[in-house]
Amino acid sequence: MTIDPITLSVIQAGLQQVCDEMDLSFSRAAFSPVIAEANDRSDGIYDAHDGALIAQGAGGLPVFVGTMQYSTRTLISMIADGQVAAPKPGDIYIVNDPYLGGTHLMDVRFARPFYRGGKLYCWLSNTGHWPDTGGAVPGGFSASATSVEQEGLRLPPVRLFKQGVMDDEIYSIICSNIRVADQRIGDVKAQAAALIVGEERLGALMDRYGDAVVTEAIAELRRRAAQQMRAFIAEIPQGECTSVAWVDSDGVVNAPLAIRLKVTRDGDDLVFDFSGTSPPCKGPMNSVQATTLSSVYLAMRHIFPEVPISAGAFEPLKVIGIEDTFLDAKYPRPVSGCAAEVSQRIAEAVFAALVDVLPDRVTAAPAGTSGNFALGGHDPEKGRDFVMYQLSGGGYGGNADHDGLSNGCSTIGISKAPPVEIMEQAFPVLYHHYALHEGSGGAGAMRGGFGLDYMLEIRRGTALASFVMDHGRYGPQGALGGGNGAANRVVVWRDDCPHTPEHLSKEQDIPLMAGDRVHVRTPGGGGYGDALTRAPEAVLEDVRLGYYTFEQADAAFGVVLDGSPLRVDEAATAKLRTTRKAG
Amino acid sequence: MARTTSGQVVGVDVGGTFTDLVQIDQATGAVRLAKVASTVQNQAFGVLNALREAQTDLGALDLIVHGTTTTTNAVLERKLSRTGLITTQGFRDVLELGRRTRPQAYGMKGQFRPIIPRDLRLGVPERMDAAGRVVTVLDEDAVREAGRALLDAGCEAVVVHFLHAYANPGHELRAAEVLREFWPNDYITLGHALLSESREFERGVTAAVNASVQPLLARYIKQLEAELTAGGYKGQLLVMNGNGGMVSSARVAEEAAKTVMSGPASGVMAAAYTGRAAGVPDLITYDMGGTSTDVALIRGAEPSVSNETEIEYAMPIHVPMVDVRTVGAGGGSIARVNAAGLLEVGPESAGADPGPICYGRGGMMPTISDANLLLGRLDPVRMTGVEGGVSLVDVARIFAEKLGAPLGLDATAAAAAVLKVANMRMAGAIRMVSVSLGADPRDFALFAFGGAGPLHATALARELGIPRVLIPPRPGITNAIGCVVADLRHDYVRTLNRPLDTLDMADLQAVFAAQSAEGEALIGAETVRLKGIRRVHSVDMQFVGQTHLIRVPVDDPSINRDDLRALFDKVYFKRFRVELANIRANLVNVNTSVIGERAAIDLSTLIDPAGRKATLAEAQRTVRQVFCEDGWQDTPVYLRDLLPLDAVIKGPAVIEQMDTTSLIEPGDVARSDAGGNLLVEIGGAT
Repeated sequence: MTIDPITLSVIQAGLQQVCDEMDLSFSRAAFSPVIAEANDRSDGIYDAHDGALIAQGAGGLPVFVGTMQYSTRTLISMIADGQVAAPKPGDIYIVNDPYLGGTHLMDVRFARPFYRGGKLYCWLSNTGHWPDTGGAVPGGFSASATSVEQEGLRLPPVRLFKQGVMDDEIYSIICSNIRVADQRIGDVKAQAAALIVGEERLGALMDRYGDAVVTEAIAELRRRAAQQMRAFIAEIPQGECTSVAWVDSDGVVNAPLAIRLKVTRDGDDLVFDFSGTSPPCKGPMNSVQATTLSSVYLAMRHIFPEVPISAGAFEPLKVIGIEDTFLDAKYPRPVSGCAAEVSQRIAEAVFAALVDVLPDRVTAAPAGTSGNFALGGHDPEKGRDFVMYQLSGGGYGGNADHDGLSNGCSTIGISKAPPVEIMEQAFPVLYHHYALHEGSGGAGAMRGGFGLDYMLEIRRGTALASFVMDHGRYGPQGALGGGNGAANRVVVWRDDCPHTPEHLSKEQDIPLMAGDRVHVRTPGGGGYGDALTRAPEAVLEDVRLGYYTFEQADAAFGVVLDGSPLRVDEAATAKLRTTRKAG
Repeated sequence: MARTTSGQVVGVDVGGTFTDLVQIDQATGAVRLAKVASTVQNQAFGVLNALREAQTDLGALDLIVHGTTTTTNAVLERKLSRTGLITTQGFRDVLELGRRTRPQAYGMKGQFRPIIPRDLRLGVPERMDAAGRVVTVLDEDAVREAGRALLDAGCEAVVVHFLHAYANPGHELRAAEVLREFWPNDYITLGHALLSESREFERGVTAAVNASVQPLLARYIKQLEAELTAGGYKGQLLVMNGNGGMVSSARVAEEAAKTVMSGPASGVMAAAYTGRAAGVPDLITYDMGGTSTDVALIRGAEPSVSNETEIEYAMPIHVPMVDVRTVGAGGGSIARVNAAGLLEVGPESAGADPGPICYGRGGMMPTISDANLLLGRLDPVRMTGVEGGVSLVDVARIFAEKLGAPLGLDATAAAAAVLKVANMRMAGAIRMVSVSLGADPRDFALFAFGGAGPLHATALARELGIPRVLIPPRPGITNAIGCVVADLRHDYVRTLNRPLDTLDMADLQAVFAAQSAEGEALIGAETVRLKGIRRVHSVDMQFVGQTHLIRVPVDDPSINRDDLRALFDKVYFKRFRVELANIRANLVNVNTSVIGERAAIDLSTLIDPAGRKATLAEAQRTVRQVFCEDGWQDTPVYLRDLLPLDAVIKGPAVIEQMDTTSLIEPGDVARSDAGGNLLVEIGGAT
């Protein structure tokens, strides 16, 4: 049967609506602030046979674009092989194994079979970032882990709900292996309830349009999404473009890891070849296949936001050359850094490769780190232990339309940072400042946005500080002649003596006492285009607002300012810029 | 305070395009209406023009209630008074850093302009901790110096915003005293004054918005009052707030931020009022205009109110406002066929200029309005050739070329497809608004207003499973009617944030009592005649460990602990279908609204009863071909003002009036009610 384009549009909107309602239901009922506030979760509909992504909620965390189709595919094949029990109506599988189509252990996936007329029709699945899944450190981000066992509890696919009833025995095993287990029941129920909402809504959609029409529409939408992505790929000239992006270190061995990328347009496909990328690493900065593929997809979606999230849209994107690199780690390599940091470096490699050929669409590199600073310790005033996370934004890259945004959230996230006042209510810390990282935006015709500069003091007791950040070695790269953004900087003041982590952006368990301070400056975005062509008046305004110093205006932008109030010395500026261009 | 009064009330609402006025004589029921162009530079001219057009005798008027977009426009266009910020040293960038976000989930572009520029944000030594204990004493000389520097820089208003001032406002209060020694006016806003809650960005932006619109609003109101007085007006001027209540002009500028978004709020208040009178108290309001659509939820004739409105990207204004959500679809939304060969409608809009093709201002992109025109739902004679003389043939040609060719459809089928996709998208958006507020749309009636609302309402209701649509007598001037019927209203929020099992219930009662007393005192000071004062109490609760809140209405402010827990469990289960009996509950906010209720105003004369005809046939203007689901049909076109009061109209039918066009689709039945409303039963004909 052929389906008319109008019904197709309507069913596409309907499927999207089902997923959006699952997202909403999950967030609103969740306990974990990571899910409820940071929206570190995603919900979608997946093909019954190959797990291909049919539709996914628009409000899902970007890093989950595509990951669940791999975990669902793996689940389907394990069921077929008899490794996992076959589904019955009302079952819900739980799994967090990174090597079975996952990300890191904290991202826990639920999958529920959806039946129609007694037959398995598709899968509904969601992922939620749990605050803890056991392991060496609270929260799971150990910068020094060397195997996955140190990172937490690993669950193969098992049926946590059997025909609608939770298996208390499995649940008790989970609870015995994770921290703050008493509140997890709320999240488990919220995560399961979201799938049930999806089941009701998808059932209603199929009742209304008929199973045959919906089935045909899903197949046709997949073809159309591929067609749409190919139309965008056609904007890219034939040929190759290359880039390199650097991860500071793996947290254990202090040497940079290279992501080498060659993007080739091959007809109307786009081939991402990662050959030459560093081998698997000892520390937790490994990525797994599903996360690596998702990172490429999310980067492409940042470039072409118009394309719907669906397996069809990913079809023309071929990823090769990741075998034997740290982008395709196998058991038991540690992987806690894959979702938050490595994914962003992969996206940066994609942006850096394509900005030359898609200059209107792609930006210079964004800060590209989640800026994870964890502080665990004991608060004597409240008589209890605490674990605090400060996740921070950074500057975005300049682009064809405007300067980069300041203090934007990570490339792979969409969450807000907690206010200083809330942090100080909950934890024994006092912030000395929370400000723009002045001068951090990469110079360019359109400059990068500015990072964040904060310093906090431990007020009481003792604590251990850990950092999983990146871009400490090199700042986010500029594009089309623009300068790099400022690098990430961490300085820990103990007894008034400064300490810089050996790995610059990563260190585990630095002991601190009351009065000690942590000073973090996050990266600025890369600049876009030649800084010597930036409008002198725009540089004057930047200096007037204190974004750059007088000296930086001269050194980075070739603009001479003088007088009070400050103004542009046009003759001197023209002369200086001519000399710089010649030199 | 009682004065001899004529009972003449005027509501006048300034919108983006039009200034609408309704005047009601409460003694005789006589109504006057006016619709004139808004005057952007000075809205007072538009108000006076409207009064002139309605031939209002200012001297005979008792009361004018005014809805203004002065503050909304100032914020959205950043045409603000020059305002400075004095804040805790080290934290002057809080207003610029925001909460680490970006405008869209996908796309790494985006810009943000802080409400106060960096050079006018100054830090001074002082610091409280989270418990409100002084860590660094306030440096008063530094405050003095900062204040003088801001004055020298040309600031008219100033914000004092210190960390943790919600816990201890001592430093803010002292800094204000220091500034008052030399600040030349009253425009000093303290961070904790409008919103005494933690979260420094949201509180700071709220205060900064207040300060930077205060002088503008004060000047505007003063000028308008002077003009009215010169015209002989001796009554009171009241101004609408975003919470749907009104305050006296003398007080409105103090909390100027509360007037932001008051326009949409008035429309929702009119809907609540109309719904209550019509016996349809549960409504989803659907106000479709040229570029966007506003949606709100009304339960039991009470609009949903939010304390956490974000009026645009990274611009939170955390004062109680009617919870109006904007959906990016309007008559001007553009339809296109994307690279996948699929039809998309919006989010781009042709806006007002060039606007849809049929406006004849050079618009060349097919829009929702154009589709309505091609399908006969809008009157081709009235719509086209208003200014530019675009013919129906031109519109059809563009539809055929831009949409029909790639889709394999003719112009008519393409137009029908545009409406189908647009309605599906709008219905989805309305459903998300409703579900996010914990409501199933099928339990509500759809209240359709705005220029384009009544044209799409029956199709949307069918899509959403909503059984009934209510079309008020004057859908195009609903906001002005909201002004006429508004009550005096003050909303209070106080954060307790304590587990329910350790909360002293006497504290809760004391907060409710204090909130009621404060509101009653303010309302008592106004001179408007009231029939009574109503208090509405609620608490915001969660399970310990959660971050989202759920609102629990509390009818009895002296409720005991067990009953409150049971009430919370019930509300939570209804919303999420989850029971968590073993997890502790947390009581976060205590809310009270104090409402000074005005005497009811009869709206049944909004359509002049004397003008109504005895039979439906007499109200029919013509028959026109209209395209609905089953193709072209001869469709009667009625004039709304002539409809008999007991009219029963089977779809398909088009009903025209000065301010809007309504479509009753085949299978639906519309009935007039005594209030002059049309109630449409979806599928009522079968």
